[in-house]
Amino acid sequence: MESKHKHITPYRHYAVVLVVLLFLTAVTVIAAFANIGAWGIGLALLIASVKVFLVLYYFMHLKVENSIFAIFTGLVFLMMAITVVITFFDYLYR
Amino acid sequence: MENHSAHSEHRDDEGSRLGMWVFLFTEMILFFGLFLVYAVFRAKHADDFHIAAQQFNVIIGAINTIILLISSATVAMSITAIQLNDRVKAIRLLWITIGLALIFLVNKYFEWGGKIDHMLYPGSDLVTSLKQGQILFFGLYYFMTGLHALHIVIGVTLLAYIASQVKKGKVNANDHVLLENGGLYWHLVDLIWIFLFPLLYLIT
Amino acid sequence: MQNTNYLYPKGLKGWLTSTDHKRIGVMYLIAIMVFFLVGGILGGIMKLELAQPGQQVMDAQTYNGLFTVHGIIMIFLVVIPGLSAVFGNFFLPIMIGAKDVVFPRLNLLSFYIYIVGACIAVLSQFAGSGPPDTGWTFYAPYSLESDTNVVMAVFAAFVLGFSSILTGLNFIVTIHRLRAPGMGWFKMPLFPWSLYATAWIQVLATPIIGITLLMIAAERFLNIGFFDPTLGGDPILFQHLFWIYSHPAVYIMILPAMGVITEIIPTFCQRKVFGYQAIVISSLAIAGVGYLVWGHHMFTSGMSDLSRWVFSLLTFIVAIPSAIKVFNWIATMYKGSIELRTPFLYTLSFIFQFMIGGITGLILGSLATDVHVHDTYFVVAHFHYIVFGGMGFAFFAAIHYWYPKMFGRMYNERRANWAWGVVFSGFTLLYFPMFILGLQGMPRRYFDYLPEYTFGHVLSSIGAAVLLTGLFMMVHTLLAGRNGKVAPANPWGGKTLEWTISSPPPLENFVEVPTITEGPYEYK
Repeated sequence: MESKHKHITPYRHYAVVLVVLLFLTAVTVIAAFANIGAWGIGLALLIASVKVFLVLYYFMHLKVENSIFAIFTGLVFLMMAITVVITFFDYLYR
Repeated sequence: MENHSAHSEHRDDEGSRLGMWVFLFTEMILFFGLFLVYAVFRAKHADDFHIAAQQFNVIIGAINTIILLISSATVAMSITAIQLNDRVKAIRLLWITIGLALIFLVNKYFEWGGKIDHMLYPGSDLVTSLKQGQILFFGLYYFMTGLHALHIVIGVTLLAYIASQVKKGKVNANDHVLLENGGLYWHLVDLIWIFLFPLLYLIT
Repeated sequence: MQNTNYLYPKGLKGWLTSTDHKRIGVMYLIAIMVFFLVGGILGGIMKLELAQPGQQVMDAQTYNGLFTVHGIIMIFLVVIPGLSAVFGNFFLPIMIGAKDVVFPRLNLLSFYIYIVGACIAVLSQFAGSGPPDTGWTFYAPYSLESDTNVVMAVFAAFVLGFSSILTGLNFIVTIHRLRAPGMGWFKMPLFPWSLYATAWIQVLATPIIGITLLMIAAERFLNIGFFDPTLGGDPILFQHLFWIYSHPAVYIMILPAMGVITEIIPTFCQRKVFGYQAIVISSLAIAGVGYLVWGHHMFTSGMSDLSRWVFSLLTFIVAIPSAIKVFNWIATMYKGSIELRTPFLYTLSFIFQFMIGGITGLILGSLATDVHVHDTYFVVAHFHYIVFGGMGFAFFAAIHYWYPKMFGRMYNERRANWAWGVVFSGFTLLYFPMFILGLQGMPRRYFDYLPEYTFGHVLSSIGAAVLLTGLFMMVHTLLAGRNGKVAPANPWGGKTLEWTISSPPPLENFVEVPTITEGPYEYK
């Protein structure tokens, strides 16, 4: 049963993910300076979500872990999203 | 598949990691509470948030983001190093991570210091004379980055301890779940910053 | 033989440093029973003040402090840890065929965090500027302004949250990793299932109260303004955050209680539990949907109309899985060979009281009726029926059910049945009149009342005296049980794994790790 965990991620993979993360950071900063108005915050959050996914999936090994880890993580994020939506039923319609 | 091996004296690394993940969920939700507060007040005072955020230097925020991303990669690489039985490299990568974290804290210190010199802190005469949304933005800024910085300090302590365990050989190629869990914690600190950065610095 | 069980070797130090889940469970039991009696006596003093109109034994401010400390002790120190920390710790590993929880040292740590939190909570009553008077809900903006020792009480709740999280974490991983060979998810007994659902709520909801309490402290020290309308903040946001935790906390209390009841009924009916999968799914559904109904505490707070009906709808939805459980319990009893032993008496009264509590909950969950009875004694009666009549009685059922297993002795059943009768009568007399007082308009948290409410209050105060008498009879019977008859391994004819090992259990529970081939309730 250790075999599943004998998986060793090569350094190169982490380096590639890091480069993508840094690139996305650059995009989000440039987009902020470009001042694209109300869509700006949406774009920034979208990019942040992609970055978070990359960190979870590669750096935190959800890719190679037992799938229950990814399912739990997904459910936790889903629960947070639902909580936001329900809270805003109050704030948007007050 | 289910794994029932833990009944023997066998170590259960996957169980340890599952425990760490469940703990990370609690940390995510702790910060989620703050993000929820942020969202509510931003919806209410969008313009004030924009104005207040102009007080912040995007470049410093971006540099800190880059620092944390790199440190996240180095801590992940240290796991690869230990798996390849390269303890020296693992320790070196951990110290690079810690060093980056300290640079992050120094940046943060100057950022906070600069703000406080300009009388921009919760409860100051200047802040309380601002518009309501701006008061809340500064409150959130200090609260969120402060709590995040606290997590950085905890993470640095944890990683330093783990580096010492690697050095002693207690964390090694066969038994490195402690390093993996320390790494997971460090990635979480990074995750939170990935959201904090656009929300605090990029909404001008 | 005698000396191989977990109670040996004796000696205080061995107990206080033990990572054995059974010893930790027993230590929790002692701590929680002590706090329960303290909280109960405080409640009794409140009823003494309310025995007649006008000031009796204390002034209004003392009464404010009293109901706050009664709430803090009962909620944070007794019912939230209650069943999972005591019986969960003791029986979860045994019932799934494990030697201990997966992280035994973390388990002990979580016990000591509980003790530290409890000490801070008690200290907050004496240190600083007087006992907190905000109620256990710490509602802003009053909690930001009150001169009393709010921050310390808030800090205590924060620390206790840590303990709760660590217990939940431990149980989740234990259930995932340590089930005995052959025990698939759907061969697991239902008490562990309920603990699993509870543990997820503990893990996912408690951090919210943590951050909220930190915000209260920050508000008081730094004047940030999150909940202060003069600085742009929103007091209703505090209520949202508070109830995002504290409503699921009600399910932290009641889910393990349902689990206990689901264990006891098949044993005393000698019948396979009816609708095993429905009970499992309803546990998970209660945990899931229960997370999303927090706003029904806030119908009169001024939140939007849309969110009010959304929360009302969700509240009615969460009633469905709760009702499914009740139907399953009744159906399990149907045509069973029922034996009316002490644990079963508590179980029956649990179902009775839980139904009253649940159905009055729907009255509170409907928008129109809630406006009428909000913040009246109706609410007080409702949640005491759920929390005390539900969780409390399940706790008593559990202690009478598992006592012979835990301590290897039998209590005197005749005396225990008498104690049950007194406790049940006292409970009904204490809380039932509150429903009527509430409908008549008696507001909660007042130390005085108009003369027309006198009759109900007098009945209620008499009930409090009867209830306290019954509780002392019960505790006395249990303590006297130390010298009772030696209990056999399986006094009730139960089928789950804890009845297959000797009483009290040996140090690592199982001499040989069991292999599971059939479901947990295979009565013929």
